[in-house]
Amino acid sequence: MATISQSSRQSPAGAERQPVPAARARSVLELIGDTPLLEIRKIAAGLLRPGVRVFAKLEGFNPGGSVKDRAAAKMIEIGLARGELKPGKVIIDSTSGNTGIALAMVGAALGYQVELAMAANASRERKQILAAFGAKVNFSDPLEGSDGAMMLCRQMIARAPERYFKPDQYNNEANPLAHFETTGPEIWRQSAGQVTHFVAGIGTGGTVMGTGRYLKSRRPEIRVIAVEPDDPMHGLEGLKHMASSIVPGIYHEEELDDKLPVSTEDAYEMVYALGQIEGLLVGQSSGAAMVAALRVARQLKQGFVVTLFPDFGDRYLSTNLWVGWQRWRREDFARRLDKWTGRANATT
Amino acid sequence: MTVRVRIPTPLRKLTGGSDEVSVEGASVRAVIDNLEERHPGVRERLLDQKGDLRRFVNVYLNGNDIRFLNDLNSTVKDGDDISIVPAIAGGR
Repeated sequence: MATISQSSRQSPAGAERQPVPAARARSVLELIGDTPLLEIRKIAAGLLRPGVRVFAKLEGFNPGGSVKDRAAAKMIEIGLARGELKPGKVIIDSTSGNTGIALAMVGAALGYQVELAMAANASRERKQILAAFGAKVNFSDPLEGSDGAMMLCRQMIARAPERYFKPDQYNNEANPLAHFETTGPEIWRQSAGQVTHFVAGIGTGGTVMGTGRYLKSRRPEIRVIAVEPDDPMHGLEGLKHMASSIVPGIYHEEELDDKLPVSTEDAYEMVYALGQIEGLLVGQSSGAAMVAALRVARQLKQGFVVTLFPDFGDRYLSTNLWVGWQRWRREDFARRLDKWTGRANATT
Repeated sequence: MTVRVRIPTPLRKLTGGSDEVSVEGASVRAVIDNLEERHPGVRERLLDQKGDLRRFVNVYLNGNDIRFLNDLNSTVKDGDDISIVPAIAGGR
């Protein structure tokens, strides 16, 4: 990983990648970003026209294991620069997942205590990872979802407001800025400026907004497409069903070219397929991103479609993602893939 | 048999905002069927086209995951408590 990240950092766009010694870093924070871009060839084989390629940016290679490292580091960097976070203060937020892990990692690296509010049904792996980074977690009622965690977080802050710094990923412009400054330029370089479509899930909207803005600043014709669960009742951890959600302050739907709904079942099946066909174990939001990316790609005559896989799958092994996976069959998948991607309505 | 069913936030739109409803039924499946009668749309969000529990939905009977009991055929008795919990802390 270090070899790849170092070479992509140093290579001009399109230059042949030369192996270089592993990067030497002074802090784990310096290893955030510069994640690899992988072409998804086998699942897409036979489905797309010859001039269409699909790539996935593998954010699981970040040191905290997800795309959220980028936003967490930037929000804390700006909080420190503005003096809102200073020694003695505690970083606090409500989160069901990767942002909590990212904040816990960044907090540990910088020597700040982190306290989180999360619904009690978060996966066992997550709870243990947070404990490993030294974060303190308070649990809310699972039936109240992320609203419950948000309320609990507010109560914790209300008890001692001066004690806390709350990054607030839903309303902090440092979140999309992290992607404008890093994810977008990386994709531009890694695609040698050929990217035509960017497809990414909406959690806070930070990734799709910031990356999309950068890519459009390089070439306005690049289409930016968001992916969301097809129903408020879903199992796509990390993604938000916008129509039934409190819309994050950083999310501006008018900047998107399209928004594609994906069902939980389709996303889960894609996760199994990515594991068994591509040798890539990812989380459910990556499965959803891949389903949408293929729908977009299938309608194109020419195209360089980039999607983003927010994390790897090992932190979901104890979750419902793997309920009933034994029934998955590669032959059935091929038939279903045709159906899912055929019913696209994207205007690409 | 009347049981208390606790409703998660993403389904409360279908129950008129109620976080808890009382429903009749002798099994979890019967409870879901009766829930559907009163609050149309609930069943399709809990069960797939084959009538099996969707894999991202967890149902607890008196705190026990029905997948480790008799699944949807788990029998219920008066005063039992059923919780419907999406696999993730989703919703809003």
